[in-house]
Amino acid sequence: MLEDRIDLAWVVDRITQGVVFVGGVSAILFVIAIFVFIAQQGLGFAIFELDKGVFFTSPAWRPTSEPEPQFGALALMAGTASVTGFAMLVSVPFSLGAAIYIGEFATGRTREFLKVLVELLAAIPSVVWGFIGLTIMNPLIIEVFDVPVGLTILNAGVILGLMAAPIMTTIAEDALKAVPEGYREAAEAMGATRWQVIRQVVLPSAKNGLVAAVLLGVGRGFGETMAVLMASGHAINLPTSPFDSVRALTATIAAELGETARGSEHYKVLFSLGILLFIVTFVINLLADVLVRGRKGKRA
Amino acid sequence: MAATTATEKLKVRDLTIRYGDTVALNGASFEVYENEIFGVIGPANSGKTSFLRAINRMDEMTSNMHVSGEVLFNGKDVSHWRNLYALRSRIGVVFPLPVGLPMSIYENVAFAPKLRGVRGAELDEIVERCLTRAALWDEVKDRLKSLGSLLSGGQQQRLTIARALSQEPELLLLDEFSIAVDPVTTMRIEDVLKELKEEMTIILVTNLVQQARRLADRTAFFLNGEVVEVGDTAELFTRNAQDQRTTDYVEGRFG
Ligand SMILES: Nc1ncnc2c1ncn2[C@@H]1O[C@H](COP(=O)(O)OP(=O)(O)OP(=O)(O)O)[C@@H](O)[C@H]1O
Ligand SMILES: [Mg+2]
Repeated sequence: MLEDRIDLAWVVDRITQGVVFVGGVSAILFVIAIFVFIAQQGLGFAIFELDKGVFFTSPAWRPTSEPEPQFGALALMAGTASVTGFAMLVSVPFSLGAAIYIGEFATGRTREFLKVLVELLAAIPSVVWGFIGLTIMNPLIIEVFDVPVGLTILNAGVILGLMAAPIMTTIAEDALKAVPEGYREAAEAMGATRWQVIRQVVLPSAKNGLVAAVLLGVGRGFGETMAVLMASGHAINLPTSPFDSVRALTATIAAELGETARGSEHYKVLFSLGILLFIVTFVINLLADVLVRGRKGKRA
Repeated sequence: MAATTATEKLKVRDLTIRYGDTVALNGASFEVYENEIFGVIGPANSGKTSFLRAINRMDEMTSNMHVSGEVLFNGKDVSHWRNLYALRSRIGVVFPLPVGLPMSIYENVAFAPKLRGVRGAELDEIVERCLTRAALWDEVKDRLKSLGSLLSGGQQQRLTIARALSQEPELLLLDEFSIAVDPVTTMRIEDVLKELKEEMTIILVTNLVQQARRLADRTAFFLNGEVVEVGDTAELFTRNAQDQRTTDYVEGRFG
């Protein structure tokens, strides 16, 4: 009975292992291939030819001006940073509040309903969000604040904030859910109110997960293109108020790449922008990942 | 002891506890007197923990738990307490598996006094006194700032006992506290409990019938959600039990 025999279960196990291996490896290969492609197109240029002094400090983005194109990305970086920053102002309180309500207070059907709602929100394509920015927020901002244009940091920030909210809410709620029920019980049994339990026990022990949620939201904001392109005004500008139009890094790439000649300086500098974005989002995601791991590790 | 003349700390009348369709406790009625140790024994799933949870209204945290009947605490039905948090703060609970809150040892014990608004030197004093009583002070006095969850299982259990004492409760509920504690420490804690009953009423749920025998003034025997018998511990353990099942259980013939 216990002889060493190759049976069906063994074969199936081997085949499954093989398939999973190929799947996993090809996913990694694709990512590496994309990375290599971007690096090949822009990295050499970014390192050896691009004037970094100008790139990081000049707001003048005139990639097609003759005879001397200018590749100052400061205004674009400021555009991305300001819109993302504003989005976080909207999104963080909103998402954490929603996560606390869903995770700690809502029960039964209300809770399920809200979770589905949040997931639905996540499923809205970004072009639709951009459309909302263009057709609803724009006139609304003009009306309410009595300003000439409504396609501004405010507009894009709110839109982006709403877009980042679902992922932040979901991850934050996961973090709250990971706090052992015994903590709540023990604290409540001592006579702590629900709010005291949340503030003094649940939030501190979910801290890493909550920060990770915020970081992932920031990453989402950084990488978002279409909605920002539509709602921010797409004007190269060093902003001084939320009512200024700005242009984001992502939107610049999306809008200009199609019009450049492959291999031209303009083409390569857009890839440099891509590398910059890649590095920033990579660092943000890495941080979030480390924090989430930290949380899991601590529980084990 | 002169139990009949003592005041009733807790009076249970027709207490029934259900989880969905499962009946965990069926029509229990008995009293617990002031300053006694009241033992609750019985095999697994007999409803002991459920009984404790009904006392400080933990059922409100459990979605499918339903309690009917009365639990009079100081003569007043717990369900009539408007301020649930005030009720709970007067009842200390020690759970079977120790739950060190995710904060320092000091903060664990300071948690409940802080809820009452105690601060400063008085707080330090309470922390030291409660840790001492829970037989933990000597082991942790040099590391009060380190995480409570890093203590060993037995130390964490004593930490939760210290935490319950920090509430200065009128009623202390212990649910199989010795599960994660070594025998020597268990004995030390048992000695502490004997002293504590001068100050408070203690309900001791235990799987170890000998522990009830050592500590409890009176004991209740629960079986499958039924309270088979409540009586003086000495009676229950000396073949004077009213019910044959009680004698069988305490003599280890089942359960
Ligand atoms: N949260 C719950 N949901 C559903 N049923 C439960 C729940 N908690 C307890 N029960 C059921 O209620 C009954 C009594 O459980 P209880 O925990 O009160 O027993 P116990 O006497 O404390 O047992 P043990 O000695 O194992 O701790 C059991 O049948 C149990 O399965
Ligand atoms: Mg139990």
